Amino acid sequence: MIEFTLNGKTQRVDVDPDMPLLWLLRDELKLTGTKFGCGVASCGACTVHIDGEATRSCQALVGDLDGAAVTTIEAIDSPAAQAIQAAWVELQVPQCGYCQSGQIMSASALLTETPRPTDDDIDAAMEGNLCRCATYARIRKAIHRAAEIMEA
Amino acid sequence: MLHYLNSKLPAPQPTRRTFLKLSAGAVGGLLIGTVVPHRSVAQSASMGDGIATPFVHITPDNRVVVISKHLDKGQGAATGLATLVAEELDAAVEQVEAEHAPSNPEVYANLLFGVQGTGGSTAMANSFDQYRQAGATARAMLVNAAAAEWGVPAGEISVANGVVSGGGNSASFGELAAKAAMQEPPAEVTLKSPDQWVYIGNHFPRVELAQKTRGSVGLFGMDAQPDNCLIAVTARSPRFGATLASMDAADALAIDGVEAVLQIPQGVAVLAANTWTAMQGREALALEWEDGSGETRGTDEILADFRALIDEPGLPSNPRGDAAAKLAEAAQVIEAEYVFPYLAHAPMEPLDMTVLYDGQSATFWGGSQIQTIDHGTAAGVLGLEFPQVAINTRWGGGSFGRRATPDAHLTAETAMIGKAWLDAGNAARPIKLVYAREDDIKGGYYRPMALHRVRAGLDADGNISGWEHRIVSQSIFTGTGFESFVVHNGVDHSTVEGIDDTTYAIPDLHVDVHHPQVGVPTLWWRSVGHTHTAYVMETMMDELAQAAGRDPVEFRLAYLGDDARLAGVLRLAAEKAGPTGPEGTHRGVAVHKSFNSYVAEVADVRIRDDGTLKVEKVTCGVDCGVPINPDNIVAQIEGGIGYGLSAVLREEITMTGGEVDQENYPDYEPLRITDMPEVEVHIVASTEAPTGIGEPGTPPIGPAVANAVFAATGQRLRDLPLTKHGLV
Repeated sequence: MIEFTLNGKTQRVDVDPDMPLLWLLRDELKLTGTKFGCGVASCGACTVHIDGEATRSCQALVGDLDGAAVTTIEAIDSPAAQAIQAAWVELQVPQCGYCQSGQIMSASALLTETPRPTDDDIDAAMEGNLCRCATYARIRKAIHRAAEIMEA
Repeated sequence: MLHYLNSKLPAPQPTRRTFLKLSAGAVGGLLIGTVVPHRSVAQSASMGDGIATPFVHITPDNRVVVISKHLDKGQGAATGLATLVAEELDAAVEQVEAEHAPSNPEVYANLLFGVQGTGGSTAMANSFDQYRQAGATARAMLVNAAAAEWGVPAGEISVANGVVSGGGNSASFGELAAKAAMQEPPAEVTLKSPDQWVYIGNHFPRVELAQKTRGSVGLFGMDAQPDNCLIAVTARSPRFGATLASMDAADALAIDGVEAVLQIPQGVAVLAANTWTAMQGREALALEWEDGSGETRGTDEILADFRALIDEPGLPSNPRGDAAAKLAEAAQVIEAEYVFPYLAHAPMEPLDMTVLYDGQSATFWGGSQIQTIDHGTAAGVLGLEFPQVAINTRWGGGSFGRRATPDAHLTAETAMIGKAWLDAGNAARPIKLVYAREDDIKGGYYRPMALHRVRAGLDADGNISGWEHRIVSQSIFTGTGFESFVVHNGVDHSTVEGIDDTTYAIPDLHVDVHHPQVGVPTLWWRSVGHTHTAYVMETMMDELAQAAGRDPVEFRLAYLGDDARLAGVLRLAAEKAGPTGPEGTHRGVAVHKSFNSYVAEVADVRIRDDGTLKVEKVTCGVDCGVPINPDNIVAQIEGGIGYGLSAVLREEITMTGGEVDQENYPDYEPLRITDMPEVEVHIVASTEAPTGIGEPGTPPIGPAVANAVFAATGQRLRDLPLTKHGLV
């Protein structure tokens, strides 16, 4: 039995400790907002927050989560996350949208850490998140816009 | 992809108590002339007592639900259709939603295909009248209901922003929905004139966007999870066309949670309670394969075989004039050979399809892009009649052509797993077939490899004097249900599109083609043949301009006298880009027509100190007819450029001994945010019929970048990707 905090609530699970968090979330807990894209931490679609850090859930093993706090796209509500989501709508960022859970998780972690990110900060934080629709120009603008929303 | 199917069907005419009367030929003979009474369509049960027509539902709780016959896989088709309905309905933005239509080719055929399907950038082109008429008809029913309710002549009732008003009364659509549903649909409706448009040509936000910022819960096929659902992953042969020789599944079946190992024609499926366990089970299989008649060559050998053909005359494709004679008398001849690799689509959502099959009926969930073919194939595999199969189309997590499968291989494989599960004596359960990324990258259905050889002449005055162009590439369409539309006299037009039909005034142009047999499955990839033909045409035009000592824009314009729209976007992009790009950049230009849309791109490219390139800015001119939703046009051009640039920079599928060398994003790495240029899009305010926008942004970016690299380095780039040239 492994116990951790998931989206603000205590979660106890009895699964193989080697199971990646991604599959625990999606298949066992039916939280499908976190997406499967590559399984090798190359695309970022599965990004969640573990103790506030943007983390690829396909590489985070359930057995290592004891006592951790995990937040998924379904439950983010920090000021940074809300600003990111508002900016994403304002600038009409998503196309297919499949990668956008991960993009938003990475971007909101960035903004929490760095409220006024530079383009270089954005490159560093977002380079691990692929978008095959190439919404990158709008992602960049929307992160800057979210920073403005947070300051206002 | 399927823009070739331009034998237009009659536009649907609303008639008394009907919305559609279509008589359409179809792939597989699935269609007959059919009349669909209104309120008879599936899904209406959940809509309460409101209006439930095939294309729009209006509910008592004041929602306008547009029924999208087209798969929205990010290109914005659902919002485009919603824009058309909302325009004629005078709905408010906030009340408009969209959902995918059930699979029913009698109602939801793409009017350019004759079957229900999405592709070839045809969604708006074939729906422009149909969905506006649907909106106008629903509006008339609301107005007539209000007239009866209020005792006010219909002519004195107005509708604006979701509110019906007249004679001092006003009501929401929802308040009128039940009574409106009892109104006879009018025999004829008058559509707005363009000067009356509120949304078309302005802005309509994407209908599903808020969901896509909160996890897209319930949208994608990959997220379908009917109760008690099993996950299936399939072990497929490492070489295309090989077959299973032997299997030992004992270790897989010993894994806790593995429910079954099922042999199917495509390979061996492992079924488990969750994806991770299914993948572990697959790893534990001991399988041996027989090559048989499968492909055992590597891409180097295949290319060598292509080169052996390039000296031999191929099948001619619309030759004009006498290219050989003009080349013989040319003052100079430029000869060049181009190599384009196989490319994977690699949409972010790997392929998936879910089925529940109980022996009597089957229901599928997934991002079906040609529903009619998927539907008919599923019925065939399962031995069911067409009405015993239902396909619930989910939003697609990207496609770029990959989900439009003319052999319905994904649906067929899913159906075979469902059948094998039942045949093994199990109780019916939903089963979701999941592709891992490795299955996607290694799984074929690639943009075909292509070899081009061009000989183009210039006369003493620097004018084009003869152009010979030979292409060796697999045919995509041969053997599909669409073959007769696209393959003529042995030539698959998708291989030569953009060359033999170029509107450059080149009077002596000889194009010919070889279509060798290769055992690698190929498929249309965003903009299909234009992915390589535009590259060759536009880098060669640049090379000719340079050899003639002329400005590349002026040189092209001199040959575009017969194509005012292509010339128009070229002038527009060149003007908006200004005389120079950002400091330290070099400039390249390309212009190309595809899917009846016209796009010019001016790329400003920096060569960094380490010799690698960065595309800093792309300035675009776009003419796609009436710009229905300008922001989506901008988005699709941005995305089309990103997708095309990704391929040019790094993408390449190679094979060794018949086995694909790449397997996942680390070795098939798409564009990242650090590679993305600034994109500036200028749209022509056209009044022509709307044309495609999902694909036309892709073809010009490769040659524009290559021409900029030439401007910077003097190097011509004739084989892709640019990783081969130390530029990435």
